[in-house]
Amino acid sequence: MNPIVKSLIILFLVIFIPLNVAAGLIWLERRLLALWQDRYGPNRVGPFGLLQVLADMIKIFFKEDWIPPFADKPVFVIAPAVIMVTVLMSYTVVPWAPGATVADMNIGLLFFLAMSSLGVYSIVLAGWASASKYSLLGGLRASAQMLSYEVFMGLSLMGTVLLAGSFRLSDIVAAQRHMWFVIPQFLGFILFLIAGLAETRRLPFDLPEAESELVAGFHSEYSGMKFGMFFVGEYLGVILISAMITVLFFGGWQGPWLPPIVWFVVKTLFFICLFILLRAALPRPRFDQLMSWGWKIMLPLALLNLLVTGAVVLAARP
Amino acid sequence: MIANATILDDLRTRFGEDSVTPQATRDEIPTFWTDGRHLRDVLRYLKHEVAQPYRMLYDLTAIDERVRQHRDGEPTSDFTVVYHLLSFDRNEYLRIKVPLSGETPSVPTITELWPAANWYEREVWDMFGVEFDGHPFLQRILMPKTWVGHPLRKDHPARATEIGPFQQPPEKVDREQEALRFRPEDWGMKRESEDSDFIFLNVGPQHPGTHGVIRIVLQLDGEEIVDAVPEIGFHHRGAEKMGERQTWHTFIPYTDRVDYLGGVLNELAYLTAVEKLAGIAVPPRAQVIRVMMVELFRIISHLVWYGTFAQDLGQMSPVFYTFNDRERAFDIIEAVCGARMHPVWFRIGGVAQDLPKGWDKMFRDFVAYLPRRLDEYDREVMKNRIFKARTVGVGEITREEAIEWGITGPMLRACGVEWDFRKKQPYSGYENFEFEIPTAQRGDCYDRAVVRVAEMRQSLRIIEQCVNNMPEGHYTSEHPLSTPPLKERTMHDIETLITHFLNVSWGPVIPPGEALGANEAAKGNNGYYLVSDGATWSYRTRIRAPSFAHMQALPLMCRGLMIPDLLAILGSMDYVLADIDR
Repeated sequence: MNPIVKSLIILFLVIFIPLNVAAGLIWLERRLLALWQDRYGPNRVGPFGLLQVLADMIKIFFKEDWIPPFADKPVFVIAPAVIMVTVLMSYTVVPWAPGATVADMNIGLLFFLAMSSLGVYSIVLAGWASASKYSLLGGLRASAQMLSYEVFMGLSLMGTVLLAGSFRLSDIVAAQRHMWFVIPQFLGFILFLIAGLAETRRLPFDLPEAESELVAGFHSEYSGMKFGMFFVGEYLGVILISAMITVLFFGGWQGPWLPPIVWFVVKTLFFICLFILLRAALPRPRFDQLMSWGWKIMLPLALLNLLVTGAVVLAARP
Repeated sequence: MIANATILDDLRTRFGEDSVTPQATRDEIPTFWTDGRHLRDVLRYLKHEVAQPYRMLYDLTAIDERVRQHRDGEPTSDFTVVYHLLSFDRNEYLRIKVPLSGETPSVPTITELWPAANWYEREVWDMFGVEFDGHPFLQRILMPKTWVGHPLRKDHPARATEIGPFQQPPEKVDREQEALRFRPEDWGMKRESEDSDFIFLNVGPQHPGTHGVIRIVLQLDGEEIVDAVPEIGFHHRGAEKMGERQTWHTFIPYTDRVDYLGGVLNELAYLTAVEKLAGIAVPPRAQVIRVMMVELFRIISHLVWYGTFAQDLGQMSPVFYTFNDRERAFDIIEAVCGARMHPVWFRIGGVAQDLPKGWDKMFRDFVAYLPRRLDEYDREVMKNRIFKARTVGVGEITREEAIEWGITGPMLRACGVEWDFRKKQPYSGYENFEFEIPTAQRGDCYDRAVVRVAEMRQSLRIIEQCVNNMPEGHYTSEHPLSTPPLKERTMHDIETLITHFLNVSWGPVIPPGEALGANEAAKGNNGYYLVSDGATWSYRTRIRAPSFAHMQALPLMCRGLMIPDLLAILGSMDYVLADIDR
């Protein structure tokens, strides 16, 4: 097959599938939460309520696309696009199966980190451009939270990089042929999981939204499809982080008997459900508690993890 | 009857023979008349100097006396301001009354004596037009700023049909909106400090964390709360005015809607006062049914609080679990009363009907079911480390502050004051039940939760005792003033027929007098102070709501903390907006 055609097909699939899965996640999350909370969840539209997503989509597309008169209009419009673009960009480096990746860059991991950092701009700009006090507070919280959690997010992954000896994600997967990195890098996994939660702004790290405190935080003033983009962006982020956990710590596509892509999907789905379960279970810490937790505990632990891993790798070198 | 003569002697020796005049009341609370000149000295003496002082300003209200008929031996007045004090040492209320005359009467403020008097005096000014000299901020509190007139005056209309049709032209909308604008200068607040500008943030009237329509204006330095101003009145429906319009019997449904999560807890407070006025003794079976229903509603109210409190702290699931449990309790309420949240089940002299067949099994099942669930919530919520980090040490008040600000109920017990009106001043036969008063020491959000959770288990204990020891007998009193009047003997002689006819069509005529009926409701002490003028309706219905006092103390609890802490405090207060605004 012509390599250009092949790339185009993969590109199309990589954009098309996550977007649809993200929409489907809305249904999955609502059903799972309902299951854990002794209620039914959406079960009226279509079989098992599966068409609820479609109904929601139709609704959100047909809502008035309202921009508050006091908002900074260009920035207000760009902000939700930023999160969609940056998250979707990250998907280009994810190795779904052997050879099934848009761009198998030799700096794949760094590219992922860079893109997820850019995603913060979306939240901060949305909070700022709304010119509303609640949005502003949400945006401020977001910037502080992201800054502090970005730092050890990157550091927590350096252990895997040291073990694999490469930033290329397919190399990292290949390096886990004999042992998943979650075993030598358990601390790194935990740190990345927490940082990933913070990155996607899911409970218990949903402080930028914090419904009971800040109404809806940074997207209080958003409605219609712009709100929908934040919404889908959040789910895309959840899928991305789950996929990255799979790639970096759980051997990616590797597994016996089943085809590689199935293994990848199963592992990713497991972490998606874990994210949802965490949301159902935990309360929200206070902003200052979150910050001090990040800087005083997580960052030193990430450094320690890097130090020990580095020392071991150095000592084991022939 | 004057129950406590010693306090009268104390006051007379201190202030002179004619400074205070005693008055007999139906509820046997010592009641004294004094005048504006002596008022502040008398109150200061009662609060600070007398042995076993009256530390709590329990309530402050007024009566428009201008059309009242029966005032035997009382000083003449156009308006009377009534102060209710509570002494924890004596376990006794005290009522001080000040007669006022003229169209815009005035009386000295007592805000420097009790800071908690601030809102009460504003309310009296708002409702009666009585001025309080020296009050720091005598503005309307329940009615909109643009309101004309004072609603609880007798010449103010009570029904929409008595005033012109309601219209809302755009100019009026603008005017009302402008009146709602918050101006920090009005409240003596600065817009900036030396090194930063403050943000003024409207939390409410529409906000997911306030549980109803209330506005709390926060003065913020970053996310830190410098000061807070709760603005109430958005939920004001004139329950007290309705009390003066409905008959004694037909006001019962309105009480349900005051603390709308408390159901029959409100009815009991109201009926305690009515039955004191009428001199009705409630038969034992009715008393036990009442206790059982009241405790079930206490659990229902606390379950709502439990779930929503966790939700305020960002925990998503508990609210669904507790609402499920509440649904089970409502199934019982529905089987007994036919209604759920607002059962209108108690009647003057008893309850509406006897218990249905199979009631005991329903209660027993619930008593067996709930403890396991409570254990589960303990693990899920109370022992959760993030939950603790959010609540321990947040919004602390000391026991002195709590008493000073009129705080009652679980919030008072969380400060280490072992005070429960069910134990201290038993009503409806509570002296016959075994239960404990849960307390905690620190007075923070977590301790309030601890107390309420423990209270649910105690309520289950009481319900169990009710089920096991339900007395036989009649479910309502045979007193002629009880409602609905007994039907059995109606067709035997003309007197009973006439009485029945009048009591059903007009409602009973309650003898003149005044009484306070107070009980330990789910949120705190719920008090109904009723004045009867010998008619089929109440002359003055005063509803002393616990949430009102608690909300006034909010700034005290949240200064210096952050926005998330404010939400934790609001959640831990367990208020209901209808209970604040009435």
